[in-house]
Amino acid sequence: MKERLRNKMMELYTRRRLANAAGLTISVLAMGFGLFWLCWILWTLLVHGLPALTAEVFTKMTPPPGSSGGLWNAIFGSLMMTLGGTLIGTPIGILAGTYLAEFGQRGWLAPFTRFINDILLSAPSIVIGLFVYEVYVVHVKHFSGWAGTLALAIIVIPIVIRTTENMLRLVPSTLREAAAALGAPQWKIVNFVTLRAARAGIITGVMLAIARISGETAPLLFTSLNNQFWNDDMNQPMANLPVVIFQFAMSPYEDWQKLAWAGALLITFSVLTLNILARVLFRQNASTH
Amino acid sequence: MLLHEARLKRQTIYDALFRGVTRFAAFGVLALLAAIIFSLVMGSMPAIKAFGFGFLASPDWDPVNDQFGALIPIVGTLVTSAIALTIAIPVSFGIALFLTELSPRVLRRPLGVAIELLAGIPSIIYGMWGLFVFAPLFADYVEPWLNKHVGSMPYIGPFFSGPPMGIGTLTASIILAIMIIPFIASVMRDVFDVVPAMLKESAYGLGSTTWEVMFKIVLPYTKVGVAGGIMLGLGRALGETMAVTFVIGNAHELTKSLLNPGNSISSALANEFTEAFGDLYTSSLIELGLILFFITFVVLSISRFMLYKLSKREGKAA
Amino acid sequence: MNAENSVKPKVVVKDLNFFYGKYRALKDINLDIADKKVTAFIGPSGCGKSTLLRTFNRMYQLYPQQTATGSIVLDGDNILDKNQDLNKLRAKVGMVFQKPTPFPMSIYDNIAFGVKLYQNLNKNDMTERVEWALRKAALWDEVKDKLTQSGMGLSGGQQQRLCIARAIAVKPQVLLLDEPTSALDPISTAHIEKLIDELKEDFTIVIVTHNMQQAARVSDYTAYMYLGDLIEFGDTSSVFTNPKRKETEDYITGRFG
Repeated sequence: MKERLRNKMMELYTRRRLANAAGLTISVLAMGFGLFWLCWILWTLLVHGLPALTAEVFTKMTPPPGSSGGLWNAIFGSLMMTLGGTLIGTPIGILAGTYLAEFGQRGWLAPFTRFINDILLSAPSIVIGLFVYEVYVVHVKHFSGWAGTLALAIIVIPIVIRTTENMLRLVPSTLREAAAALGAPQWKIVNFVTLRAARAGIITGVMLAIARISGETAPLLFTSLNNQFWNDDMNQPMANLPVVIFQFAMSPYEDWQKLAWAGALLITFSVLTLNILARVLFRQNASTH
Repeated sequence: MLLHEARLKRQTIYDALFRGVTRFAAFGVLALLAAIIFSLVMGSMPAIKAFGFGFLASPDWDPVNDQFGALIPIVGTLVTSAIALTIAIPVSFGIALFLTELSPRVLRRPLGVAIELLAGIPSIIYGMWGLFVFAPLFADYVEPWLNKHVGSMPYIGPFFSGPPMGIGTLTASIILAIMIIPFIASVMRDVFDVVPAMLKESAYGLGSTTWEVMFKIVLPYTKVGVAGGIMLGLGRALGETMAVTFVIGNAHELTKSLLNPGNSISSALANEFTEAFGDLYTSSLIELGLILFFITFVVLSISRFMLYKLSKREGKAA
Repeated sequence: MNAENSVKPKVVVKDLNFFYGKYRALKDINLDIADKKVTAFIGPSGCGKSTLLRTFNRMYQLYPQQTATGSIVLDGDNILDKNQDLNKLRAKVGMVFQKPTPFPMSIYDNIAFGVKLYQNLNKNDMTERVEWALRKAALWDEVKDKLTQSGMGLSGGQQQRLCIARAIAVKPQVLLLDEPTSALDPISTAHIEKLIDELKEDFTIVIVTHNMQQAARVSDYTAYMYLGDLIEFGDTSSVFTNPKRKETEDYITGRFG
């Protein structure tokens, strides 16, 4: 009797251990699965992109179908629009994020805005493109660099709002109290003490936002469109890396496809570098506190 | 002393001004949402007037005769997202479990960062990689196998039979799954991290295995947050454009087979919008955008609501 | 409760009640704070000693749901009056916190920050003021060569003295110290205690402490609080050597708390 009970217990124990081993194995496999794609994608990019990444890429314009050329106009356009989008979106995002963290304790505006902002944060970017098309492109009757900039700015805003609010909330309230105890008015407390203390985190957020928009394609399709030639007039359709990659990769011409790989490599590595830099910067700064 | 008074007075004005400016910016977010909805509704008015609610149920997509319906792209969007989630949920859970419980301490951070980097890769790269690398392999090895072994099965067979072209709904779903895995996995990891260590330790103290602690303690404790993370991933999947557009095939056909080319809302927009001719065509595409925005809005609202609920409970427990 | 009728009170607290939402954290507090003396608030944690201190500069105002009733009169002016100008009040009442709170700026700017709020000093006068405050806080010799470096690079004890310097640079009349040494090592604590002794020549000091020996060492008057009530208040030597109330005696002798 006792023997049987013990056997039964052992049996249960073995089953539990087996289940555990199986579960953990699956977990390790899942981790491998995730890393596998990352490595494969990066490997492909290197294999196809590196040979295509010649000096011409940075000096010549996008070629007509079937001939060779570079991506310089697209790189320039991407830089301009990313810069513009960041410059417009960041201040608005920081201001709104400051409101949510510092002034939003009472009333309905802050919780409601926070909720809407979290939704805009993951809203489909192609819809943002449609929106800018409707309110801007339709009215000026042509695609333009400004329209693309506007669409990117709209994507930047929610990201910056979220990180600004999060980072300001990490600032210990004693710091606010210490400034208030000196009799500092609130605008000074926020501008000279809390925002300063949260600076590293906010910069990290802005860098992540730049990383995000430099790869965005969908919102540019209907706004800045594309331009085969050199253009530094933001009021005209503007070439940009993502749309050029889209167009060239889908084309049957081998020269174009090669350029698409070169562009893809450029974008991915700048995005990843920005991501890593942002994290390093944040970690470094967090550790000195 | 008078100067002093004037200074203080000025500070109060600055205070009000600064607060007003930040408030205005916060209000701008709401205005932005209102403007997006308003402009999409205005843009789709011609299509709404022409087709009414029939738009949602009609499989027509005939630019020549000006007949449009949203059924095929809607179904395509829902099907690709559903399959992507089915693949992504268990994998993400495994990754989150690995990162919170199993990983050696030294590897925890780099591996976590690697997963976040996977989330940082622009979606156009996934699409391009899918088109040039994944689709051909899929067509040569996986799809013939599916045809042969699964295609003849009852009930599920028709979904997996068809020409092995590499491009189609199933390929798009898999690429989508790879894309949303890192999103769901990092939310899950963050959510698992909020479980009080004491709770886990007491379960381990009773002799539970890691797997049992995860399934019987951590998962029930965090289920609202996990669900929120999944919905967040779903929101991403529904709206994703580039990763899908490259590999779905952009065919306005309603077929049972997942191997056949299909379409989704976002890829229809990406492919056709700039080339659309005529008001009704453009307007129908904008209405597709409106529908997409509506669906993702609902899904993301639910997701946020669930994540808030978890963090609120955390706040109370603390 | 009057500490001693002979000493002129700087602050008079009358029928003070304090609420966190509906919870009543202070119950009908009455006491006088003597001018240019050190008054200590002691009691077990949660007794309301910090809450009481924070009503003196209306710090609670930062948080919704916190309210105070009654009156606190400083130089004939009711602090709790709705029309009280907070910035003006805080120029008169300085505060130092439990943990050092250097602002994310240079040592010099940390001190100039408060002064600039109230006075337009030219560069020379400002530098003089910064030196004066740092000397008063017994920090000058340690930092005079690195005034442009970040205040966050100092040690904990130095940071706390920096915060004291920052508070006195504004030349307040009352200085509130909320457990100023609880996060510091014994040597830094000794520094600060010595400093408090010197500062009372110029300032009226109110200190909250969880450390009874510290209260006995630095204060002239001691208030013992428990669960929002002021149990006993008098000059420090009599409170510690000859407490009138049994609760006070229990706490001081360590039988409780």
